[in-house]
Amino acid sequence: MEALLALVDHYNFVITIFLMVAGLYVVVARSNMVKKLIGLSIFQTSVYLLYLEPGKIIGGTAPIVDPKFTLYSNPLPHVLILTAIVVGVGTLALGLALVVRIHEAYGTTDDDDIADRNRDE
Amino acid sequence: MNTVLAHLPALQIVIPLVGGLLAALLRRGILAFALTLVVSWIMPVISGLLLHQVMTSGPISYHLGSWPPPWGIEYRVDLLNGMVLMLVSTIGAVIIPFARRSIDFEIGERRQAWFYSMYLMCLAGLLGVTITGDAFNAFVFLEISSLSTYLLIALGRDRRALVAAFRYLIMGTIGATFYVIGVGFLYLLTGSLNMVDIAARLGAAEPEQARAIIAGLAFITVGISLKLALFPLHSWLPGAYAFAPSWATVFLAATATKVAIYLLVRFLFSIFAVALGRDSLPIAEIVLSLSVAAMFIASIIAVYQTNLKRMLAYSSLAQIGYIMLGIGIANQAGLAGGLVHIVNHAIMKAALFLALGAIFYRIGSVQIADIAGIGRRMPLTMAAFSVAGLGLVGTPGTAGFISKWYLALGALERGWWPMVFLLVASSLISVLYVGRVLEAAWFRPVGEKAAAAKDPPLSMLLPLLVLAAATVYFGLDTQWTAGIADAAAAFLLGGLQ
Repeated sequence: MEALLALVDHYNFVITIFLMVAGLYVVVARSNMVKKLIGLSIFQTSVYLLYLEPGKIIGGTAPIVDPKFTLYSNPLPHVLILTAIVVGVGTLALGLALVVRIHEAYGTTDDDDIADRNRDE
Repeated sequence: MNTVLAHLPALQIVIPLVGGLLAALLRRGILAFALTLVVSWIMPVISGLLLHQVMTSGPISYHLGSWPPPWGIEYRVDLLNGMVLMLVSTIGAVIIPFARRSIDFEIGERRQAWFYSMYLMCLAGLLGVTITGDAFNAFVFLEISSLSTYLLIALGRDRRALVAAFRYLIMGTIGATFYVIGVGFLYLLTGSLNMVDIAARLGAAEPEQARAIIAGLAFITVGISLKLALFPLHSWLPGAYAFAPSWATVFLAATATKVAIYLLVRFLFSIFAVALGRDSLPIAEIVLSLSVAAMFIASIIAVYQTNLKRMLAYSSLAQIGYIMLGIGIANQAGLAGGLVHIVNHAIMKAALFLALGAIFYRIGSVQIADIAGIGRRMPLTMAAFSVAGLGLVGTPGTAGFISKWYLALGALERGWWPMVFLLVASSLISVLYVGRVLEAAWFRPVGEKAAAAKDPPLSMLLPLLVLAAATVYFGLDTQWTAGIADAAAAFLLGGLQ
């Protein structure tokens, strides 16, 4: 019961870990390259949450020096994740571009089919 | 002049980054090559000056934008990464003259400028990972180098290059994401991303936080191990090396995995060993067993390859095993052996892949059946290949022997003398796969394809001969390789006590 309450208490981490594992599972289990990339994106997105959640303090404001505010949220994770999102978008774009080229060259985007054809070469 | 000297650490990254952008804008292959040549030759000058400064007056700390660490990003050069910077930039400078003809032969004119642009981006990324003292900044540079590497591989002219690049993209991104998760744990624990600061703050951590530190260690180790292709996380590497353009394979085999190894060493010894305060690393057993597995399994697979590029790729996996073995042994001689093998293996593997690039340029194939008797037609190329091949085996008088000597000393110091037998046994397997090539090239009658071949032009031959000469030179005079590696190992292990 206590363990269950601890899970509910940290529901944000439960969601993060679920996304993480689900994304990684899709990458491993699917042979369609586009689906692999979708899984990869979900996996990366879960990491954004891992950084962002602890940085937010409920009721906290942006770190502006003003006597009216005493409680601040940490802005640094947001900046870091902005960079990580850019990297993630770049990776996804490059991955999709490669899939287009692979489709032109092989006529399929299925990893298993391509492995079969490569074996024949 | 002094204002320029003060900003050398930033210039080391900014010059190739801007060069990469300009190369893409130039569009014409020959112009982009000229620019790349100039940038590649400036790089070792800068890293040489940095390394000299480190050796005379201690580590350099450069504050980007004048924000003091731990708030701003710090570029930190000490003996360890000074050595790796020097290695990456020198290899780039030595092999770049080879690129012009090889790339002209393998890549269409329209795409050449893109190739050079991506190479410079990759160079900037690799140097960035090495020089930065900020854990998150290292991730960004790691991805800059990886994304450009995927493109370098995809530019190979076989359609299988595309698939190899895609598979590497999937594995590489998983690796990088694992690394970010690990850094995230450290950031949650310490609130800092500066490596020196993280180490200091983790050292003061509460005992109940040890589990989170171990989790961070696990994620970072697995993530970087994917990037450096530690057995069994290596599945992307043979395809990527086999189908990338010849010259790209040379550069990647000599530098990309080495930089990832550097990053792992940095985390294990400068951060986790300090934080966990043990006299050996908690993951030493895992690293040791995986590296021994790599030394044997990858070597045996290499013996059965018919494509020589793929054979050398498997051999690279085995050699990465040697480097990781030194890291796992983690005493003065063992770690020095691992670090010096980073340099020695880079030199030897660059020479071997260059020789294959020259053969491909002449006969359009790197299948073992097609190179029968090629030694008589391309004597200088094959002589260089033979010297570097002997180095790979670890023949006394070559650079490979020095690394194995240190590794054996380190193992003996720990009292693990069966490890010395394993080292020798795995070297014997490498005799088999190197010997197979030498036998085919020198002792078989000249085959149909090899008949018309001759040694490549000077711009391709010279880098190859320089690297082959370096293999012998660094086997006799070890002041610059083993000397620096030894000092770097002592510096790293200072954190362990």
